[in-house]
Amino acid sequence: MAEPTRIRTKAEEALANHFAALDGDDPIREIRATAFDAFLSKGLPHRRIEDWKYTDLRNLMREAPGPAVPAGIDDARAALAGADVFDGVDRARLVFVNGVFMPSLSDMAGVAGDIEFASLNAFLARGGAVLDRFAGTDPGESPILALNSAFVRDGAILRVKDGAKLSRAVEIANVFAGGKPGLQTMRHQVRIGRGAEATILETFSGPDGVAYQTNAVTEVQVDADARVRWVVAQEEGAEAIHLHMLIPRIADRAVFDPFNFATGARVARAEIRLAFEGEAASAGIRGIAVARGRQHLDATLIVDHALPNCTSKELFKAAIGGEAKGVFQGKIIVRPDAQKTDGQMMSQALLLSDGAEFSNKPELEIFADDVICGHGATCGQIDEDMLFFLRSRGIDKSEAERLLIQAFLAEAIEEIGEEAVVSALEARTRHWLGAEQEVLSA
Amino acid sequence: MPAVQETIEQVRALDVDKYKYGFETQIESDLAPKGLNEETVRLISAKKGEPEWMTDWRLEAFRRWQTMSEPQWARVHYPKIDYQELHYYAAPKSMSGPRSLDEVDPEILATYEKLGIPLKEQEILAGVRNAETGDGLDGEGGGEYGSGRVAVDAVFDSVSVVTTFKKELAKAGVIFMPISEAIREHPELVRKYLGSVVPVSDNFFATLNSAVFSDGSFVYIPKGVRCPMELSTYFRINERKTGQFERTLIIADEGSYVSYLEGCTAPVRDEHQLHAAVVELVALDDAEIKYSTVQNWYPGDAEGRGGVYNFVTKRGDCRGRNAKISWTQVETGSAITWKYPSCILRGDGSRGEFYSIAISNGRQQVDSGTKMIHLGKNTSSRIISKGIAAGRSDNTYRGLVSAHRKASNARNFTQCDSLLIGDKCGAHTVPYIESKNASAVFEHEATTSKISDDQMFYCLQRGMSEEEAVALIVNGFVRDVLQQLPMEFMAETQKLIGISLEGSVG
Repeated sequence: MAEPTRIRTKAEEALANHFAALDGDDPIREIRATAFDAFLSKGLPHRRIEDWKYTDLRNLMREAPGPAVPAGIDDARAALAGADVFDGVDRARLVFVNGVFMPSLSDMAGVAGDIEFASLNAFLARGGAVLDRFAGTDPGESPILALNSAFVRDGAILRVKDGAKLSRAVEIANVFAGGKPGLQTMRHQVRIGRGAEATILETFSGPDGVAYQTNAVTEVQVDADARVRWVVAQEEGAEAIHLHMLIPRIADRAVFDPFNFATGARVARAEIRLAFEGEAASAGIRGIAVARGRQHLDATLIVDHALPNCTSKELFKAAIGGEAKGVFQGKIIVRPDAQKTDGQMMSQALLLSDGAEFSNKPELEIFADDVICGHGATCGQIDEDMLFFLRSRGIDKSEAERLLIQAFLAEAIEEIGEEAVVSALEARTRHWLGAEQEVLSA
Repeated sequence: MPAVQETIEQVRALDVDKYKYGFETQIESDLAPKGLNEETVRLISAKKGEPEWMTDWRLEAFRRWQTMSEPQWARVHYPKIDYQELHYYAAPKSMSGPRSLDEVDPEILATYEKLGIPLKEQEILAGVRNAETGDGLDGEGGGEYGSGRVAVDAVFDSVSVVTTFKKELAKAGVIFMPISEAIREHPELVRKYLGSVVPVSDNFFATLNSAVFSDGSFVYIPKGVRCPMELSTYFRINERKTGQFERTLIIADEGSYVSYLEGCTAPVRDEHQLHAAVVELVALDDAEIKYSTVQNWYPGDAEGRGGVYNFVTKRGDCRGRNAKISWTQVETGSAITWKYPSCILRGDGSRGEFYSIAISNGRQQVDSGTKMIHLGKNTSSRIISKGIAAGRSDNTYRGLVSAHRKASNARNFTQCDSLLIGDKCGAHTVPYIESKNASAVFEHEATTSKISDDQMFYCLQRGMSEEEAVALIVNGFVRDVLQQLPMEFMAETQKLIGISLEGSVG
């Protein structure tokens, strides 16, 4: 103990205690310990850590509940009934409740022949290697990842076979059930085979009024020529803390289009770290965030162009009301060999009330000269002229505002390009706007 | 000696980096012993004949500095600076007692002439003639404004060697003098404003500067006065292993206007030189300050040996209603630049502007940008930044735009464009945009690209050499910013851009 001991926060202390109480016979005990040490050496990230400048987790995460107790089947079923964001979408379903796979609630009809699936837990029982199967991400560099490795309990190990064209979307539903705060930790590892086509939906939901926490890391390997739509819908409960990392690696000519829809949780950080590992691949990374009350929603994005001829387009929109805070951090890295890169990033925020805040940090880090890269960022309130235009046509103020916000958000949602998913998310934003307006007019 | 100098210069001219200000002036200097401690601070203060309050102020800064650590967040890399290996004070020996041009060492005058700043000639031509005809301001003074008459404060190593046009400026009520003199002659103004924009413990380098600054310019423009001519400071580091720590304080009282230019060069040296300046601007109600910099410190050679570390804190405070501060900078020199001229838009309706051209070549590292902090209502700001990276250099724009709760109707437009020449350099953009007011409207756009083949082909086909073509295209790229520069600087800057990029093609 040559290092000076850092004073731990209450939450860090609690995490240390929870970690110490984990099962001693765990076959991946060592991996967990390395990861947890990496976490503890730096502690919860705070505003002086550049990546967390706008999301001071040390301040926002005061409590750290222990690992969630697995839910009984009835509780799980009831909780799942509330997780209906993609109800109108034809989909197969893998259900995780409180971080544990629930086979009886899952349904793989229609895609079973194209997919290989196992729960991570089954692998963990046999030892650790599986965890670093795709990872290679150093737990020391991300506190989310370090905590995930330390506490992970289960996850989906999913492989879409080479050349398979999935006839239905596949949802990985992550649900929190029960009235007692707990930490659910999932690690999903998905591989999309060569030339395969798939739509994957990743959903998060849970009860309002329970201060539970979610830590989910999703690694995706996209093989050559595959085409993937990946839609994350985060509708966690109002007291929840949600930390999520999506780590896609994309091979030659593959197309990977992730979308992040964020509306839930008291504090949420959705991080996408996307790396091009092949040439001529492309990614359309988009998302919307709608926040109210005292919510804090953070969308962080790192796009790493290491090879030539790749294209990335980013579009992020946020509508922030109440005293909520929105954060967008986006970084495009173009490494020396990544010639002919086309990288475009746009972030737009609408502030709906005087107490709302938005922080925007779009970054370019460019080491290759034959590239076209750009970013734009705007922040403001609803355009008075547009509002006037609508009102002069007899539309009342609140209706006009709603239309404008909806149109603003729809620009990003429509890019998903799959009708059922688009209309599901649009319905969700309309619902949100209706509720937001009641608050505004009250 | 001059013959030798000429030969050296000619040889230098053949060098890859073509730094034409790299000569050294042979002159006896009065050097403070190496190292930094309370004694050094006291020594500097004593050399300047400062009152006790100033000495205490410096000592306080020094004590704070000892508790601080060097900032690490910028995208610049350099070996650790040994602060005990530097001289913190260097003055030409002949400089003592009151000064007029006649008393200035001819070697120094020659230096400035070589740099294209003929201190003497200008004073005689313009100053004397004015004195003869007797019309100071209202006669031809007004008409001649902007047509080349510039009052110059020349700073050589740690001291100001001469300030021209003092008398004529005094007629208008303008105070323009070395800050060391101002501390003695106008203590009430200095005490009121010094450190009020950049607090003593603002950052590591600013605190160091507060402890050991030796000279710089002080400007006070009284109420309602439009300064009759451009003011200018010319900085020259000459001595070996010295740090230059100058301090500039400009106060524009209600309704006044001043345009201030700053230029800098240093001789070619193998070792690095440290330059840590602090510039504070205060604009009161309806006042306007235009501050232009052409920074051409020695950038080091093509392998990154030598060159100036330019770690500068520049900040303007729009303290009054409808005040305006405009920064224009052309950064072509320095091995490392770490510089963020900022505006605090405190007064309602105040306005901040930042126009920047940053060119890096060889192994230069630039991390520069601005901060626009909107505090008052109806404040607006505009940022135009053009970064050009060539060779093995790194060029980063880092900027903050923030609107606080009460900054209703704040408005910002930011455009930062980067141009890459060659595939060994890097161009980075790191903007921070923070809005805490719904009625604030911020727009930001950034692009990075290379010189297009079409443009090059067009120029080459018309018989231009590749280097000429690059210089022309780059001059077009930075035109928006060039236009903000005062006339005299514009032509020089265009040439400078050509020189800086030499050796970057092929």
